[in-house]
Amino acid sequence: MNDMMKKLTGDSSFDLGNWVLDNIVTIIFWVFIILGMLTAKDLSLNGFFTELCNRFYRNAFLILSLIIPVIAGLGLNFGIVVGAIAGQLAIIAVRYWGINSELVGGTAFGGLGGLLLMFVIALPIAAIIGWLTGTLYNKTKGQEMIASLIVGYFGNGVYQFIVLFLIGAVIPVAAAHPMILYDGVGIRMSVDMGSTTYALDNLLQIPFVPFMIAAAAFVLLFVLWNQFIRKPKVEGQSYKMNPLKFWVYVILAAGVLAYFVMQLMTGGPMNDVRQVPVVLMLVIAALAIFNQWIMNTKLGQDFRSCGMNQTIAEANGINVDRTRVIATVISTVLAAWGMIIYLQNMGTLNTYTAHNNVGYFSVAAILVGGASVDKATIGQAVTGCLLFHAMFILSPEIGKAVFGQAALGEYFRTFMVYGVIGLSLGLYVWRANKRAKLAMPKEDEE
Amino acid sequence: MNNGILEFVNVGKEYSGHAVLKGINMDVRPGEIHALIGENGAGKSTLMNILFGMPVIHSTGGFTGEVRIGGEDAKIMNPHDAMMQGIGMVHQEFMLIPGFTITENIKINREITKSSLMSKVFGKRMESLEHAAMATDARKALDTMGMDIEEYTKVHGLPVGHMQFVEIAREIDKTGIRFLVFDEPTAVLTESETEHLLNAIRKLAAQGIGIVFISHRLDEIIRLSDRVTILRDGEWVATEETKNITAAEIARLMVGRALTLDRAEGDRKVSDEKIMTVDNLRVNMPGEEVKGVTFDVHRGEILGIGGLAGQGKLGIANGLMGMYPVTGKVTFKGEPLDVMKTNETLKKGVAFLSEDRKGVGLLLQSSIEENIAFTAMEVHNKFLKKVGPFTLTDDKAIRENAEKMVKDLDIRCTSVTQNTGALSGGNQQKVCVGKALSLDPELLLVSEPTRGIDIGAKKLILDLLKDLAEKRGMTVIMTSSELAELRSICDRVLIICEGKVAGELSPFDSDEVYGLMMSGVSKEEAMKAAGAAQKKAGGEANG
Ligand SMILES: Nc1ncnc2c1ncn2[C@@H]1O[C@H](COP(=O)(O)OP(=O)(O)OP(=O)(O)O)[C@@H](O)[C@H]1O
Ligand SMILES: [Mg+2]
Repeated sequence: MNDMMKKLTGDSSFDLGNWVLDNIVTIIFWVFIILGMLTAKDLSLNGFFTELCNRFYRNAFLILSLIIPVIAGLGLNFGIVVGAIAGQLAIIAVRYWGINSELVGGTAFGGLGGLLLMFVIALPIAAIIGWLTGTLYNKTKGQEMIASLIVGYFGNGVYQFIVLFLIGAVIPVAAAHPMILYDGVGIRMSVDMGSTTYALDNLLQIPFVPFMIAAAAFVLLFVLWNQFIRKPKVEGQSYKMNPLKFWVYVILAAGVLAYFVMQLMTGGPMNDVRQVPVVLMLVIAALAIFNQWIMNTKLGQDFRSCGMNQTIAEANGINVDRTRVIATVISTVLAAWGMIIYLQNMGTLNTYTAHNNVGYFSVAAILVGGASVDKATIGQAVTGCLLFHAMFILSPEIGKAVFGQAALGEYFRTFMVYGVIGLSLGLYVWRANKRAKLAMPKEDEE
Repeated sequence: MNNGILEFVNVGKEYSGHAVLKGINMDVRPGEIHALIGENGAGKSTLMNILFGMPVIHSTGGFTGEVRIGGEDAKIMNPHDAMMQGIGMVHQEFMLIPGFTITENIKINREITKSSLMSKVFGKRMESLEHAAMATDARKALDTMGMDIEEYTKVHGLPVGHMQFVEIAREIDKTGIRFLVFDEPTAVLTESETEHLLNAIRKLAAQGIGIVFISHRLDEIIRLSDRVTILRDGEWVATEETKNITAAEIARLMVGRALTLDRAEGDRKVSDEKIMTVDNLRVNMPGEEVKGVTFDVHRGEILGIGGLAGQGKLGIANGLMGMYPVTGKVTFKGEPLDVMKTNETLKKGVAFLSEDRKGVGLLLQSSIEENIAFTAMEVHNKFLKKVGPFTLTDDKAIRENAEKMVKDLDIRCTSVTQNTGALSGGNQQKVCVGKALSLDPELLLVSEPTRGIDIGAKKLILDLLKDLAEKRGMTVIMTSSELAELRSICDRVLIICEGKVAGELSPFDSDEVYGLMMSGVSKEEAMKAAGAAQKKAGGEANG
């Protein structure tokens, strides 16, 4: 088996045991999802995919915001919670003015315009918070992840103080405003997103099946081009995948292509899956491209240098602290925008709770995709997002099928979230220790 | 282009109240090769770290005095400032990123970029990388060093010698370099690589670059440098024109007493018991391949393994410890030994001190005593005590053992609780030696045990090895590229050539015989040729 894998992957150091260990979280999730699909009896395929796509559009941006800090060596940035908070403050501000001006017959800051305004306002807030956060990370080097958790809690406290007390008590607001609590101090439990709801989602939609056909065809062509035609920019570099990976991709893409063509022709259930918000997809793609692009700039190279080894980066004249702050600022701003995208899809902002799980869930998702404390890619973020939410959707179904109780499934998924984080971090530390402790390391990272 | 002299004026440095440099004055002229020498912990690296503005200096309270270039205060607060002043440095510790390619390492923070729309708006850091141009530059720097290794290979897994050259390539790729510091660049190099490097340094000096060269090898210093400055315990001792001083004088100034590596006495008696037999061992270690060696090791003997670089002498010990793929039969104390099971080999009483100490094994954030005890605790459950149902570390035993090692090996530290990260490079290596000895092995494999260690401490370590062999009956297989070292303590020396044993020599054979055998001449012929040469020399002297 192992020898076969060695041949297939073309990698003589391939070790099946190690591979399983490296990908254990992803594997657990696949097993879970496949079992779930088999046990959940009254699961409708189109319902499942509608829900999954919906969650993907909603969350992908947030999860992608985690990549840069990982590459810059800051680890998993649970601190994106404060980014989310920045996004929420922008939403509250825009909605407040919008409702106000609507009352006197002005613009409601709704629709796409309102959404863009939220983005613009969130930018400086998130940038400043990100800068503060990054500065804190620099003061707590080596403990950034713990610091980022604390930042989340602290940010939450400050935010609650602002929206519950300062607004109204210090910042003057109209007491009769529908967003303000009855005594004129503080924001209400939930804020309606008004006409910014679905502002991005609804912009331009195309049916799911043709979209999937196009996407699968694109992937197929890309993989073939990549394998046979693409010329490396620099000598020695190769874009070629190992044979196993190549064939997996080709077969998967071809299979998906064939399936959806069938669906199109037979009018199967996939035709009922919710439409694809093209513009939102483009926005997510743009972020992925941005990530990729920035890694090919001087700044991106500096992120990598700092991520690999701060001492060496410093000794080569890189301003490590500044670089790390920039990484944190980018991540925080992206998280703020990601939160706005998330909420325009939800339709209401739960003022006091919406941001609470953003950190844990996003981190868990990217870990499920196979990322770790020092390694994260766009592919991992995307797969992680899909797998994680598939698990989320299936849990109650499984709970119902196995225990006859949907609620048990919901406990189970909370357990999965924290379990994933715990397991991944535990494995990471265990592996790092093993590497450091062995008197004569025969380490083979990468 | 180079018009300023580099001067250290009354430079002093304290680490937490402990003065490690006191009023140092020194100058380096453009185009000169200035050697800097001193015992382990004398303060050489610290002085150079000051010049390079290393964070470790400024995060521990900075320094006193001044560094001047061309008569003006250079105001170097961080490595970036140093680079702007045209100062380059090859650090004593490893300063490459293993996960990066050679090109990326050579071009780190000096990447070639091209401006784009985004960079016009957001600044220079948004410029995109020009990989092809970077590769070309890297290639050129590697060619200057005479290295025909592909510039796109990852640094991870390269032989140590190559890594050192990559570091040097990184420095010479910098334009506008005026001063270049080499902090023990040859400590990890083989003889031929060293030759290579010394030539490259001469070329750089000829271009008008001022060189500071730190080494513990006196012969290198004599051959290479124009002037030499000697430090002792953080104090300036002397600066001399190299042509006016001998190696022995340098050694005396450095340590305060005369030193030689001569063999003290004649043949030792070793037991007949074979502790290890090696039959047709083949080791696939890149650059040091072993192609079938057979030999026995007797209990209590010190077996030397010598040979030129790349011939496979280093592969033997690495192979016996299962570091690389191995075939062949090995027995230890009469039982077959599966060398691929490193942990079991260790448990059976074999210890290994690798030649690659730059990359291996010290936990720099942990104390000296923990580092010394660590492997012994893991492998042999030493330094543990049972208290009821619990197994606890025996802090007292750990402390005592560490203190003994500090004394035996002359590890210069403030106390055994000091972090190894705060030790000088040479003293860190002594900790590695202490760690291997704490395993209390029956068979100790040491490769290049005294690299990067000053000559005083070197003698100490060799004497200690000999002592352990004589008094405790420990068996030692010592691999070394220094003949003097091999001959000073070994009972016999195997010469490895082209991956095979070319023959066995006694420590009393002449230099000529050693030299000839290493270059592939058979033992008989080598003996004959050497004999003839001696006779001829004798004849001439008589005639
Ligand atoms: N980070 C540090 N913290 C505290 N003390 C330090 C630190 N770095 C070095 N020292 C101490 O400063 C002294 C000089 O060390 P330095 O590294 O300059 O020696 P060196 O001459 O380069 O020796 P070697 O030949 O072993 O490399 C040593 O006593 C060492 O213990
Ligand atoms: Mg040093």
